[in-house]
Amino acid sequence: MNYLGRRLIRAVFLLIGVSVLCFLFTGMAPGSFFDEMQLNPQISPETISSLRSRYGVDQPLVMRYARWVRSAMHADFGYSIAYNAPVAPLLWSRARNTLLLATAATILTWLISVPLGVWTAARSGHMLDKGVRVGSSLVVSIPEVVIAVALLAIVVRWRVLPVGGMTSADNEGLSRWVRMKDIANHILLPTIILTLAESAIIVRHLRASVLEVLGAQFVQAARGLGIGRMRLLFHHVLPAAASPAISLFGFSLAGLLSGSLLVEVVCGWPGLGPLILDATLSRDFHLVIGGIMLSALFMVGGNLFADIMLLACDPRIRTGALDAQ
Amino acid sequence: MRSKTALLFAMVIALHLTLLLAGFLAPCDPAAQDRNLPYAPPTRLHFVDASGWHLRPFVYRLSAGPNGYFEDKSQSFAVHWWRGGPAYRLLGIFEIKRHLFGVDKPATIALLGTDGFGRDEFSRVLSGGQISVAAGMAATLLALAAGTIFGVLAGYYGGWADESLMCATEVFLCLPWLYFLLGVRAFLPLHLSPARTFLLLTCVIGLIGWARPARLVRGIVLSARSRNYVLAARSFGGSDFYLMRRHLFLEVFGLLLTQAALLVPRYIAAEVTLSFFGLGVNEPVASWGNMLSTLQQYSVLVSYEWLLAPAAALVVTSVIYSLLADALHSRLEFRST
Repeated sequence: MNYLGRRLIRAVFLLIGVSVLCFLFTGMAPGSFFDEMQLNPQISPETISSLRSRYGVDQPLVMRYARWVRSAMHADFGYSIAYNAPVAPLLWSRARNTLLLATAATILTWLISVPLGVWTAARSGHMLDKGVRVGSSLVVSIPEVVIAVALLAIVVRWRVLPVGGMTSADNEGLSRWVRMKDIANHILLPTIILTLAESAIIVRHLRASVLEVLGAQFVQAARGLGIGRMRLLFHHVLPAAASPAISLFGFSLAGLLSGSLLVEVVCGWPGLGPLILDATLSRDFHLVIGGIMLSALFMVGGNLFADIMLLACDPRIRTGALDAQ
Repeated sequence: MRSKTALLFAMVIALHLTLLLAGFLAPCDPAAQDRNLPYAPPTRLHFVDASGWHLRPFVYRLSAGPNGYFEDKSQSFAVHWWRGGPAYRLLGIFEIKRHLFGVDKPATIALLGTDGFGRDEFSRVLSGGQISVAAGMAATLLALAAGTIFGVLAGYYGGWADESLMCATEVFLCLPWLYFLLGVRAFLPLHLSPARTFLLLTCVIGLIGWARPARLVRGIVLSARSRNYVLAARSFGGSDFYLMRRHLFLEVFGLLLTQAALLVPRYIAAEVTLSFFGLGVNEPVASWGNMLSTLQQYSVLVSYEWLLAPAAALVVTSVIYSLLADALHSRLEFRST
């Protein structure tokens, strides 16, 4: 458990590092939320300065950071000026939707890319392999904004799927089953956009690592023993090739979160993305920092999960053989 | 292999030349509005009229009718090459009025249609490309410079320098970059002059991106510093700075070239994304991002598909660059192994 403990400590340090970095950047900021208020003649300078001191904006950076840490200890993560409420509940109500989207996209991505990666590696040089390779390198090189806007244009033009929001307008009165179907319809487009962008990367990596394992001697031996093709690929080769794929999983979660911000804004999915974008535009620092921290938490959590999976799947880590190398 | 890389390099150079000469290639001033022609469709080039075939293409004047735009066929306007037009600054220095092509006054030529203010989309794609690609390149330069300096220092000296670098890069790598980019942008003033926004934008994108190149550079330097020729140079009395400059930097040069080809399209996309959200370069200066941001309204997205032109330009740029990155990667980095 030494391995996991080390990873856990590192994760905590990473989160602290991210929060310090956020506050360092706040310190460089020339303006603040209240600058916009000063333009309004209805608000007196006294009101603004009292608001400034109430929210602690006039204090030095270290004090603000200490204040934020204290608030984070109370699970508030600061106070949103624009919404006039603690940040954590605000974030949580949106984070659920982002998590739903990210989970759907992750499941779909891996369902598609694992068979495709193994298959293209097993038949390298085949027409399908070439097609997948060209397709995936094309998708990888196209920026996500373009994928999102183009798919959205197609969907909106041909009215294939409902777009915007999470539910239809008349959603409230419907039965549970119909409502779930409605949400599923709305989640489909953002999920497809995210899946397309993610699986292109994962298929490429998985193909490479499976191809490497296929050249190993134990595969030759297994072939010689007459083990069937499917069993060989998915029972012997895939576990051996899984380690890079699993650590990729942690990184792919990161890509998914950054990507989902964009996709949420474009598709109007009510996740963290639109919230953070609005907070950015209204310069609501604590909300923005809360959003960054939450996304960093997801990422660190994803990496940690990948580490646990690696521990379960890779005997070399359990025995410490990798550390000895 | 060699010819393929050369071809890709030629394509990259052609792309940049096109953007550099944007003012000359574009028939209109990218900021000039024509309120009579909002969302006009791409101008059709005609070759055939009542008197038969013409080698020189001509256009009809667009007029707005009750059922949208129609072509006023009573008078045709030939497209002239090498023609005077609105003044622009070539390469930002010479004030010139020559354009590659254009049509006579009452008619307009908008090869990719016009946007909501009646501005020529073709001219805007070209001049917006200047901004977006320049932002991508400047950010890449910044990220690679910072990454190389820190990476070489950490790899060469090792010890605490190395460890602190690895810690710092890990923090930067575990940031979801788009959230962080938005966050950093939140801390900067919203309303700035386009030039300052551009500068800040490139700094922010570049400074977030330095971690990965730094790690890669460090890895190479770490293995290179104990190579025999480096040890020999050191035994001849080469100073640390000399060794880094003359030997270790050359080792990482191939990597830097590949990384540059990889990062430029990524940072162009980052600029486009930020401007798409309205946080980047603002109007009236065109950039691919703020041109695309009008498509956030579904009605615009459905009706005026020619406004997707900047997206197409972005795709072409990204594909060329990533092909170049692949070619460079297989040529430069596997050379030694």
